[in-house]
Amino acid sequence: MAAFAHSVGAQTYRFESLKDVMAKASPARSGDFLAGVAALNDGERVAAQMALADIPLTHFLQEVLIPYEADEVTRLIIDTHDPHAFAVVSHLTVGGFRDWLLSDAADEQSLRALAPGLTPEMVAAVSKIMRVQDLVLVAQKIRVVTKFRGTMGLRGRLSTRLQPNHPTDEPAGIAASILDGLLYGNGDAMIGINPATDSIASICAMLEMLDAIIQRYEIPTQACVLTHVTTSIEAINRGVPLDLVFQSIAGTEAANASFGINLNVLKEGYDAGLSLNRGTLGQNLMYFETGQGSALSANAHHGIDQQTCETRAYAVARHFKPFLVNTVVGFIGPEYLYNGKQIIRAGLEDHFCGKLLGVPMGCDICYTNHAEADQDDMDTLLTLLGVAGINFIMGIPGSDDIMLNYQTTSFHDALYARQTLGLKPAPEFEQWLTKMGIFTQADGKIHFGDSLPPAFRQAMAQLG
Amino acid sequence: MEKPPVDSQNPLLELRRLTPARIALGRTGTSMPTSAQLDFQYAHAQARDAVHLPFDSAGLSAQLTEIGRDSLLLHSAATNRDSYLQRPDLGRKLSDESAQTLRTYAAANPGGVDLVIVVADGLSALAVHRHTLPFLARLEEQVLAEGWSVAPVMLVEQGRVAVADEIGELMGAKMTVILIGERPGLSSPDSLGLYFTYNPKVGLTDAYRNCISNIRLEGLSYGMAAHRLLYLMREACRRQLSGVNLKDEAQLQTLESDAGTDMKRNFLLGQTDA
Repeated sequence: MAAFAHSVGAQTYRFESLKDVMAKASPARSGDFLAGVAALNDGERVAAQMALADIPLTHFLQEVLIPYEADEVTRLIIDTHDPHAFAVVSHLTVGGFRDWLLSDAADEQSLRALAPGLTPEMVAAVSKIMRVQDLVLVAQKIRVVTKFRGTMGLRGRLSTRLQPNHPTDEPAGIAASILDGLLYGNGDAMIGINPATDSIASICAMLEMLDAIIQRYEIPTQACVLTHVTTSIEAINRGVPLDLVFQSIAGTEAANASFGINLNVLKEGYDAGLSLNRGTLGQNLMYFETGQGSALSANAHHGIDQQTCETRAYAVARHFKPFLVNTVVGFIGPEYLYNGKQIIRAGLEDHFCGKLLGVPMGCDICYTNHAEADQDDMDTLLTLLGVAGINFIMGIPGSDDIMLNYQTTSFHDALYARQTLGLKPAPEFEQWLTKMGIFTQADGKIHFGDSLPPAFRQAMAQLG
Repeated sequence: MEKPPVDSQNPLLELRRLTPARIALGRTGTSMPTSAQLDFQYAHAQARDAVHLPFDSAGLSAQLTEIGRDSLLLHSAATNRDSYLQRPDLGRKLSDESAQTLRTYAAANPGGVDLVIVVADGLSALAVHRHTLPFLARLEEQVLAEGWSVAPVMLVEQGRVAVADEIGELMGAKMTVILIGERPGLSSPDSLGLYFTYNPKVGLTDAYRNCISNIRLEGLSYGMAAHRLLYLMREACRRQLSGVNLKDEAQLQTLESDAGTDMKRNFLLGQTDA
């Protein structure tokens, strides 16, 4: 373990290890204070950033943050590192890497080729010395395209997960939110339900229902019920139609154990999903959720700052060629991200770090009622992530998740972003919206059909 | 051809009776209309206020006494709301004084106990104020029928879920159930969550617990929540574990048939093309 020192004028700052430099270089957030790893003051924080900027990228391959023997995520990171891909930046320090990322040498093609050569720790490190505009600018260069029944991540596209949650998993209530969302052009990333309970019977019933809706209306999208990966495997074993296999993941073996998973369990889930062969355009089928603070919350952070732990989770994600990864940035609460400023910065860091590692990032732009945040903060983060080229966001009726008790982006919010930034839904879904007469989009402007589409008019007639 | 309505969202107002979600809000351009926007802002203000409502544990204790149920008043190591919100570690453990209270109680009542019920404010004291008594009435009737022994109800101020582990361990409990106020939603400032742990001890992770959430009048009913919990408790006793390895396979005949009927009744999947 190397010790680092950095002098500014007469003052010399000392850091006992790489993880100490990284933690103290992290822009301030409540979770790092809670863990006791944050810088003591602003001066020490910037000195740590200066020290970090001088560390060669190759050092990250020599000093791992959690011992190789003790953590399977570390083993995954080291064993899958691609030295040939790394070669183009292997001579750089963290500071030099920032300069390179902002330069013209870093473009969509070179960044895609570089991704397998980067470790999460290198990526987390460089993000710590980047401003918001840097995080947006570099992420905007990157595209991570994935396919199942629709195509995610193309330039000029912004997709949404239609999240029709209901407090008691009532199918008719879920269907009502689905129809509302579809009529706002939401749902191209997936129709994804967080179930209120973990009962296998009701999860299977919800999967059957989503499959039937997608088939009946020929919607080019994917279904997901966000239950534990072992429950999805059980549903597949029971012959239930299942598109995307969900799991919450984190960046350390111990944190994953707290979720009741490990890499083998994830592989079983991935293989079970592949066995169904349900994707028509591709077979990216894992859907992962993450969020800064989850490792600390499970007391499984090994003294590593929460943003670096989060970035390690993306190494877990990319190993399984996911369809989408969602950082649920403001869900965890104020003990990890205290206010709008911290949530906004964290969302941009997560999106940048995931994309740089080759992960198809989305963000649940959200907050809870015990955080110091509000709708204005979410509008800011949505706009910034839209400019940064995010793959997908959530879409929910009126921003209010009545099951999970938090606020995320609404159907209307997605249309705001599409209209102001000229972004369209996934191409297959765009065609479907046109075919159904829901809306068309030209020059940024959205033109709604002037009546309820006939197929849905018939459905409404069923209500009597 | 029939005349189309001017706003294609209007017909959806009918769907409002199917869900408490904020559907069919309409739009101005692509944005939220003014009244819906201000309704949201007011709901957020109310939820913010609910987070800071103090837990009246003494009042709840008095109500429990009226129905012949003992309780103990405890406090987590988080001394106030600000500390609770920023230091989850403190909310997960008892104050020194409360831990001593329990040690004294356990010493005077040796031999352990089958079940300890803990009630903590969590993020909504409103939820535990409203739901504790009616839910306990449902639950304890069946707990008695099982012949399980119970400890006094533990009322914890500024408590988080894992505080039940320490309480369970100090009491020598086979099982703990903690009722706790969930983070208030805009439409649900009073949602109660419930976590069940078999063989509780300090340091367990969430993988060792089973959760039943959203217990409130507009959500999961007391009866259904108690039914699911009882199923988990019986299975946990049989298999001697709880958490992710104990799946909720409560194959309730009523639930199964309801799910089937609702699928067919679901308007999006009606026989419209026949």
